[in-house]
Amino acid sequence: MTLTGEGVLPHRVSADRLRSLVREDRVHRLLYTDPSIFELEMDCLFGHTWIYLCHESQLPNPHDFVTTRMGHRPVIVSRDKRSEIHVMMNRCSHRAATVCRSASGNAKSFQCPYHGWTFRNDGELTGVPWPDGYAPSFKKSDWGLTQARVESHRGFLFATLNHDAPSLLDHLGPAATFMSQWVDRHPGSDVVLQSGANRMVYQGNWKLAYDNSADGYHPAFSHRSLLKMAGREGESKDMVYFGTSPDEGPMTVQDLGNGHTLLDQRPAYCAPGTTSPERGSFWAQQRVGPGRERLEAVIREKYDDADVLLDLTVGSQMNLNIFPNLLIIGNQVQVIEPLAVDKTQLTWWSTTLTGVPPEVNALRMRHQEDFPSFGEPDDQANFEEAQRGLAIPEVEWVLFNRGFGIPGRQTLDADGVQTAPVTDELPMRSYIAEWLRQLECAP
Amino acid sequence: MTSRPTPTSAHWDLDSYERLARDVASLRGRTPEPDTALRAFAESVLYREARLLDDGDLESWLSLMTADSLYWIPSNPTGGDPMNEVSLAFDDHRRLIDRVYWLRTGLVSAQLPPSRTRRLISNVEAWIGPDDTTVYVRSNFLLHEFRAGRQRILSGWYGHVLTLAPNPTVDSTLIRTKVIFLTDSDHGHDNLTIVF
Repeated sequence: MTLTGEGVLPHRVSADRLRSLVREDRVHRLLYTDPSIFELEMDCLFGHTWIYLCHESQLPNPHDFVTTRMGHRPVIVSRDKRSEIHVMMNRCSHRAATVCRSASGNAKSFQCPYHGWTFRNDGELTGVPWPDGYAPSFKKSDWGLTQARVESHRGFLFATLNHDAPSLLDHLGPAATFMSQWVDRHPGSDVVLQSGANRMVYQGNWKLAYDNSADGYHPAFSHRSLLKMAGREGESKDMVYFGTSPDEGPMTVQDLGNGHTLLDQRPAYCAPGTTSPERGSFWAQQRVGPGRERLEAVIREKYDDADVLLDLTVGSQMNLNIFPNLLIIGNQVQVIEPLAVDKTQLTWWSTTLTGVPPEVNALRMRHQEDFPSFGEPDDQANFEEAQRGLAIPEVEWVLFNRGFGIPGRQTLDADGVQTAPVTDELPMRSYIAEWLRQLECAP
Repeated sequence: MTSRPTPTSAHWDLDSYERLARDVASLRGRTPEPDTALRAFAESVLYREARLLDDGDLESWLSLMTADSLYWIPSNPTGGDPMNEVSLAFDDHRRLIDRVYWLRTGLVSAQLPPSRTRRLISNVEAWIGPDDTTVYVRSNFLLHEFRAGRQRILSGWYGHVLTLAPNPTVDSTLIRTKVIFLTDSDHGHDNLTIVF
C-alpha cells in the first residue's frame, strides 16, 4: 500500500506512452521537454522511490531541523528529543500553509503562522487555538503532519512515501559499498555538511545533470577551457587524463543497479598492477589553489602522515550517483533539485572533516571552489544549449549508444555490476531503464 | 602551451586568512566620519575599476590588483569563515590570473556568447586604515548583465581595501582586497562566470 491511495495522483501519461519513448540505446526528447512527464516524475519518482534529502550532520542535535523538498513537496526533516529523525510534509493539515519557513534551525514544535495550529517536531498535532470550536468527533491525533518513511546509510538520509519500497540498503545495492568507500577515505573522521554550498541554476531539465554525472566522454570537449588553463601546470594535473584517448586508460564507468552509477577516476591514481591510489598522488595532481605552498609546509612541519592529510584535501576522484537526485562527486555532495521541466538547481554542499588540522579543511574549501568556478559553468551552458536543441520536434532522439552493441566491451561481475570503458554511455542507458521501471508502475 | 605569467602568488597562508578577517570586520563594522574628499577619491578609484570591468578590459583590471591581493565572493551573505566555508570565488592573485586566462581561452561555453555588463555604484563610504597607506571603501552595487538573450540584475555591496602609493593618485592606487557580498549569495544563481 502506498501512502497516497489509488487515484490521488492525477496523471495522464500511460505506461505504454512512456515505453514508446525509451529504447535500449536512446530516449525521446519529450523526456526532457514534456511538462506532463515532468509532473509525473515530481509526484511519482521524487516521492515513491528513495529520495536523498540531507546529511545527518546538517541536524546534529536534538530538535535541529532542515527544510527541503521531495519533488515539489516541501518537507521538514527534524530530529526529535530522542534524536529520532522524522520527515514530514511541510503543510498544515488545516488549510495547507507551510508550517516552517526557515531553511534550518532548532525547534521543539512548529506553529503554523496562518491559524496557529501547532505540531511537535515528530509531527503530532499538539495544539489548536480555541478547541471548543470543533465538534467532539475532532481528534488531534487524526491531523498530524503527513509522514514519510526515513532511512539512512552512512549519514546520507533518504525518504520515500512508498511504504512498500524495499529497504534503503536493498535499493542502494552495490552503491552502498561505494558510499562507504567515500566516507571511509577519512579514517577516524566524520564528514560534515556545515560549510555552505554552491547553488547553481540552469535552464534545462534535471536529467541533463544526471546524464552528465557519469559521462567520461564530455570532459575533453566541454572542459577544454579548464584543461587548457590547467595544462599550463604540466600534463599530469587533475582531469588532464581525460583529454586524449581516455578509453585507453584505466578509468571505468559502472552500472551499479537501480539507476545508480559510478565514474571511477581512482584507477588513474594507482600504479600499474595495484588497486589503491598511491599515497600523495591526489595532492600531486591537484591544480594549485590558494595556500597550496604555505599550508603544505605547515602540514608537513606540524603533523605526521602529511601525505595522507594532503590527499584528504583533494576530491575523492569518484562520481558516485544515487538515482535520482544525489551525486557524490569529489568531496562534495551534490543534490539535483528540479524546479520546472526546463529549470534545475544543482546544490553542491561542501564538506569538512572532523578530527583533522584546520589547514586541511582550509585547503579542502579552496579545492571545492575549483570545479564550480572553472568546470561546472561550461557543463551547465551545454545543458542549456541541449535544452534549446531539444525544442526541435522533428529531431526526436537523444542517443546513449556509445559502447552499445559491441560484444565484449562490458563486463558483468558477481554482484550484477556492469563495467565499461570510461566514455561509454552505459550509465545513461542503465538509469533510464530504472526511470522507466519506476514510472510505468507509478501509483 | 604558454606557462602562467609571473608574478605568481604562493604567499597565501594562515596570516592571510587573519588579515582577511580583520579587513572584513573593519568593512562590516564601522560607520566612518564623513570625509568628502576621501570619498570622492575612492569613488574615482571604484568608477575606474567598474569601467574597466564593464568594458571587458580584464587585463587592465588585473593590473589594479596587488601581488598579495584577494578577490572574494563568499557564499555566506555575511562573509563567514572561509577556512571552513566554501566561497563562490576565493581568488588570490595567482588564481585571479588563472581566472582571466580561463575567460580568455575562448573555450568557456558559459561565456559564448560573452556577457555584457553595466554596474551602478553608490552609497560610497571611505575611511583611512590604521596604517595610513590603506583606504577602506564600502559601496552598494547594481550589476545589470545581458547574455544569450536574457538579462538580469545582481545586487550587493563591495568591500574594497585600497593600497595607496606615496603621493597617491587615482591611477597609482591598487586594490589589495575586494570582497563581493551578493545579496543572495546563499541562494541559487544561473551562470556566475562574470567578474564582479
